Amino acid sequence: STMLRIVLSRTLPRISGISNCQYSAAAIPVPNAQPEVHYNKLFINNEWQDAVSKRSFPTINPATGEVICQVAEADKADVDKAVKAAREAFRFGSPWRRMDASDRGLLLSRLADAIERDTAYLAELETLDNGKPYAVSYSVDVPMVVKCLRYYAGWADKWEGKTIPIDGDFFCYTRHEPIGVCGQIIPWNFPLLMQAWKLGPALATGNTVVMKVAEQTPLTALYVASLIKEVGFPPGVVNILPGMGPSAGSAITSHMDVDKVAFTGSTEVGHLIQQASGSSNLKKVTLELGGKSPNIIMSDANMAEAVEQSHFALFFNQGQCCCAGSRTYVQDTIYDEFMERSVERAKSRVVGDPFNMKTEQGPQVDEEQFKKILGYISSGKREGAKLMCGGGVAADRGYFIQPTIFGDVQDGMTIAREEIFGPVMQILKFKTLEEVVERANDTKYGLAAAVFTKDIDKAHYISSGLRAGTVWINCYDVFGAQAPFGGYKYSGNGRELGEYGLDNYTEVKTVTIKVPQKNS
Amino acid sequence: RKCITVEFLLTASVLLLCLYVIWGDQIFIDNEWHESCSGRKMPVHNPATGDLLCEVEEADTEDVDKAVRSARTAFQLGSPWRCMDASDRGLLLNRLADLVERDRLRLATLEALDSGKIFLMAYFVDLMATVKTLRYYGGWADKVQGKTIPVDGEYFTYTRHEPIGVCGQIIPWNFPVMMFAWKIAPALCCGNTVIIKPAEQTPLTALHMACLIKEAGFPPGVVNVLPGYGPTAGNAIAHHMDIDKIAFTGSTAVGKLVQKAAGDSNLKRVTLELGGKNPNIVFADCDLEYAVEQAHSGLFFNQGQCCLAGSRVFVEDSIYEEFVCRSAEKARNKVLGNPLVPGVDQGPQIDQKQFDKILELIESGKREGATLECGGGPWDRNSLFIQPTVFSNVTDDMRIAKEEIFGPVQQIMRFHSVNEVIQRANATHYGLAAGVFTNDIDKALTVSSALQAGMVWVNCYNAMSTQCPFGGFKMSGNGRELGEYALQEYTEVKAVTIKISQKNS
Repeated sequence: STMLRIVLSRTLPRISGISNCQYSAAAIPVPNAQPEVHYNKLFINNEWQDAVSKRSFPTINPATGEVICQVAEADKADVDKAVKAAREAFRFGSPWRRMDASDRGLLLSRLADAIERDTAYLAELETLDNGKPYAVSYSVDVPMVVKCLRYYAGWADKWEGKTIPIDGDFFCYTRHEPIGVCGQIIPWNFPLLMQAWKLGPALATGNTVVMKVAEQTPLTALYVASLIKEVGFPPGVVNILPGMGPSAGSAITSHMDVDKVAFTGSTEVGHLIQQASGSSNLKKVTLELGGKSPNIIMSDANMAEAVEQSHFALFFNQGQCCCAGSRTYVQDTIYDEFMERSVERAKSRVVGDPFNMKTEQGPQVDEEQFKKILGYISSGKREGAKLMCGGGVAADRGYFIQPTIFGDVQDGMTIAREEIFGPVMQILKFKTLEEVVERANDTKYGLAAAVFTKDIDKAHYISSGLRAGTVWINCYDVFGAQAPFGGYKYSGNGRELGEYGLDNYTEVKTVTIKVPQKNS
Repeated sequence: RKCITVEFLLTASVLLLCLYVIWGDQIFIDNEWHESCSGRKMPVHNPATGDLLCEVEEADTEDVDKAVRSARTAFQLGSPWRCMDASDRGLLLNRLADLVERDRLRLATLEALDSGKIFLMAYFVDLMATVKTLRYYGGWADKVQGKTIPVDGEYFTYTRHEPIGVCGQIIPWNFPVMMFAWKIAPALCCGNTVIIKPAEQTPLTALHMACLIKEAGFPPGVVNVLPGYGPTAGNAIAHHMDIDKIAFTGSTAVGKLVQKAAGDSNLKRVTLELGGKNPNIVFADCDLEYAVEQAHSGLFFNQGQCCLAGSRVFVEDSIYEEFVCRSAEKARNKVLGNPLVPGVDQGPQIDQKQFDKILELIESGKREGATLECGGGPWDRNSLFIQPTVFSNVTDDMRIAKEEIFGPVQQIMRFHSVNEVIQRANATHYGLAAGVFTNDIDKALTVSSALQAGMVWVNCYNAMSTQCPFGGFKMSGNGRELGEYALQEYTEVKAVTIKISQKNS
């Protein structure tokens, strides 16, 4: 737990900072490793419903491989029902459309309060369904959910149009209107947090939502659905459908009455979503996709800090982060020492039962991911990278993988080009600034990047030169609800979080009125 | 502390015995209660009865110095307040809003007792606006964003929006708790520290707010509340060499003193919300009954004690007689009485001084030839109530058409054309608010563009909200409160420029 505390305090200095204040969260309570599941149906129009097909699917505890429960499985017919409910909730004159913007904000605030109240239970359920360490669910995921919702609650009545000094005898202004019915498809790596990132800006701006949650991790989203109803969102504003991508997900992206779709997941599926929009009604598309993010360590960096942050950058959340720092470029003069320390750190990483407070790394989310990662490790060995530690399975049941480091990795190797989404770190050597910027950018991805240096010129040169939506300097994975997040190139389209996140949920309407005589 | 037994309140058909406990009657500095350095206290009265409610510690120069030291310490680099995440400042404001909501009934009761305003108005209007303002600025705290700027040359430039520092705030007695929120919310949202002087007539809700500020968890010294008089405590704030900014709401005469004091001392930043003589223009094509009602409440709301009061009602000549007749009837139907009793819609004026001033202006109206349609005197002998008064045939040169009355006295003038009424409406040194009633979109847009006023309402009056900026043209003030605009009044912009080796777009 010492390690965990170090990781947490380094990653989220504000969480430890806040603990001095009287309104901070208390110490992490002992979890119940078998939380009761209260909701396992579809949430449409503020009601719990079975799938039209009556089908259900099992959700698995990845720490054991055992079935937690059956969950109703949405398909096209259910998507149609949900879209009808969302459309009705969005009707001109509906309670949701007529509501003061400040009251939309108040509802989001109330939702944040309810989630904060139920932090322990939600963290237990998240850990059960996803496998991430409970201490992280409790002190990272859920608090960030609360902050995200509070942040967007504040925006609701501050998303201002403009009045515009156009030429001629006209008065011109813009209205920032909601887009309408938004389809949202979220992944399994941060189930609660991704739900908040999606709902926060969509609801603050007055849209209605049909959300498909990942089939691996539907449980926390359904519990949050119950809180959405509890705090008083009108029926149909948020509809939550557990289901599979090729059926329910596809029905959303191809739907003729969904005005916008936002997707977080793989680049491969991102292509399908963009295509589906083109084949159907040209719905607006925002995408948060994969990454192969470079993390550049200059020789003048603080070594201990760079090693710890680079470790965290890759291994956080079992390596299941789209922004994972999966290409660690280290300047040649410090390469050997950096490698030695990184291996030492990876070997000390505690892998095991995610409900144990000492655990830093739980299981991968499912068998498919587990096998895929092991395949990448084999390819690394086969293509000539040097296995420095790990490289195999870490337990005889569940989907645990040893923290793995490859040295002498070359840019052309599969493990240096493809997203592994697991606890596998690639360390590469470089000589010069210009060289590393070029190599760092030589990828189809452009999600995140980092540089560690004490030199202000190098920091600016590299951060300007990198083709990535997020650049961290002397830190990694620093997320604030206030700061935008999204990708260049194949890593996505649009930005989430921050004020920028509002743009993706807004139609701008220009209203122009003829006036008898204009004056400044 | 002191207890006051209030009579039975009949609200929403619930009988309430409201036993009110005054939570604060001292000076609030550094999250602690202090007696005044001078040992002096000041009396606080209920204007509806003249009863003494309690005595409150009276702040003077020495107390202001103490408070400034405390606010300065709270603002030190590295202090808990300076190091706090912006989102946590927002959270504290939200917590404060929750506490005000919890204590809404107490605060509304106290406000009605202390200021004489109608209890139900205090409860529904003042307290609602207070809660909404605190929540609104709670939301802004982590959204006050600087910019990165594409400057010429090999530089990287960004701006930081930093708090100004120690802010002096002096607020009036007409909306005591709401003005308190208008002032502290944007200041705290941006990270400033505050020394606030409530009006000597109405210090009680501000002191209750001080309790809630401490309960919410604001660090010591961030907000200091000093009840006191203008010429002593107010003057000390305005002249203080270690106060970085002053915000004042009150009369134009005192506004000038505040501006001068800033010039005489340390050039502290000044924002002012001052008086008004607001035109309310009613065209013949409007919905007449609605316009009469809006013009009536636009003037008589809060006993006429509003800087926004629509105190020059310009009515187009074809509907003039009808408008005057209906307005007088409305005024005659007003129910005066104890502001705690449901059904009463006008309470007393705030104090003897205001009462005398209003009656003097009414007399001038009679003397200068305006037609008294109704009212025109005190309501009874031994109280501060004034009859709802309507003057017609008012001409622009009369005192009642030029001076701010701040009482229940409505002036109705006649006009013929759009251009004429624009010119007459603007012929004043004030420029706070204005109203236009018409169904014609061209008239609405023409008049609203032409009026020199910080707020123009079309087919409505007093339609205020926390999202919408508020402030005056000309001698009605300086700067804007509420909305995003208010944030500018509480931030210093710092441009940071860094030499870099090579710039790229």
